[in-house]
Amino acid sequence: MAIQTPERPKTALKEPTKRSRWTRTGARPRPTNAFELYSWYFFRVSGILLLVFALTHLVVMHLINNVEVINYDFVRQRWASPLWRTFDLLLLFLALTHGMNGVRTLIYDYVQSKGWRVFNISVLYIVGIFFLLIGAQVIITFNPNLPSLPAK
Amino acid sequence: MQVTLKILRFDPEKDKKAHFKSYEIEADPLDRILDALNTVKWYKDGTLTFRRSCAHGVCGSDAMRINGRNRLACKELVGDIGKKITIEPMLGFRILKDLVVDMEPFFEKYRSIKPYLINYEDPPATERFQSAEDREIFDETTKCILCGACSGSCPPFWSNSEFIGPAAIVNAHRFIFDSRDQGSDERIAVLSQSEGVFRCRTVYNCTDACPREIPVTKAIEQIKRVMLYNR
Repeated sequence: MAIQTPERPKTALKEPTKRSRWTRTGARPRPTNAFELYSWYFFRVSGILLLVFALTHLVVMHLINNVEVINYDFVRQRWASPLWRTFDLLLLFLALTHGMNGVRTLIYDYVQSKGWRVFNISVLYIVGIFFLLIGAQVIITFNPNLPSLPAK
Repeated sequence: MQVTLKILRFDPEKDKKAHFKSYEIEADPLDRILDALNTVKWYKDGTLTFRRSCAHGVCGSDAMRINGRNRLACKELVGDIGKKITIEPMLGFRILKDLVVDMEPFFEKYRSIKPYLINYEDPPATERFQSAEDREIFDETTKCILCGACSGSCPPFWSNSEFIGPAAIVNAHRFIFDSRDQGSDERIAVLSQSEGVFRCRTVYNCTDACPREIPVTKAIEQIKRVMLYNR
């Protein structure tokens, strides 16, 4: 059973300052907002895929192998196979975009002022796409034929 | 049984902030919360204000937050709730006085989804016929009494006053899935706006809150699917 949180919204006692958008909804239908629809659908699909990808990652990297074994050579061998490169690239893409989509919905839920919304969404997309690009660059351009690092 | 009612009070002419006030009353376990409120109003404090009309769970005017959950005061028994009962107006609505909230934004959103039959064909000589199977599809959502318990229990509705809310979506569902109705596209255009059906986070509070046991979250998900499949 869902439990309601005890907080009372601060705005509950205030007079409404403006008329809501729903009075302006006239007889003329507006174009269907496809972005929200597809972001909702993508949420579901990426969530199911992430279950498979993230759990496989967990099992391979933390249960079969553990962090003491994982070093440069381990990664080199792993990324010698295009299968694991594709796997990691997909995991990176799905995890980042799924997470970004989640933060975007949080911003839309809790940030009502237009200016702050634009600011928050801009920061989110800039940071998210930056991480996506540098992550993808490492996975795609990594050269497994380099010699291993000299032992310390 | 001796019951303590802790009620959120707010008088717009005197108070700056809502505050709790406790009342000790004698109540039968089979009394409803509404009876307990009436006991307070009639014998303890006549200034207590709340809405009630039919008192039998049909008119939907006495939805309120009882021990943290939105319920109709006329459908909950004191014995089921316990000796300590906290009663607040519903969240996400502006308080007018005590337990009375401003329902106008709620009805404005309700009206926006065109809650009436739209059919552009000439009316037939008799009724517009519908099979029992077609009627069954939207049977649950015909039960809505517009009490607002679902919208008032919805976290996205609390934080975002623009969100259309589950009640309006339920009433859109009632017509979108009606085989006699031709206004689905118009309603879906309204619901697909940025503050429409996709602000739903599938919290399920609405399904828990509905006094008519409408599977609200399920109805909302069905509308999302129709939007996806009809593209």
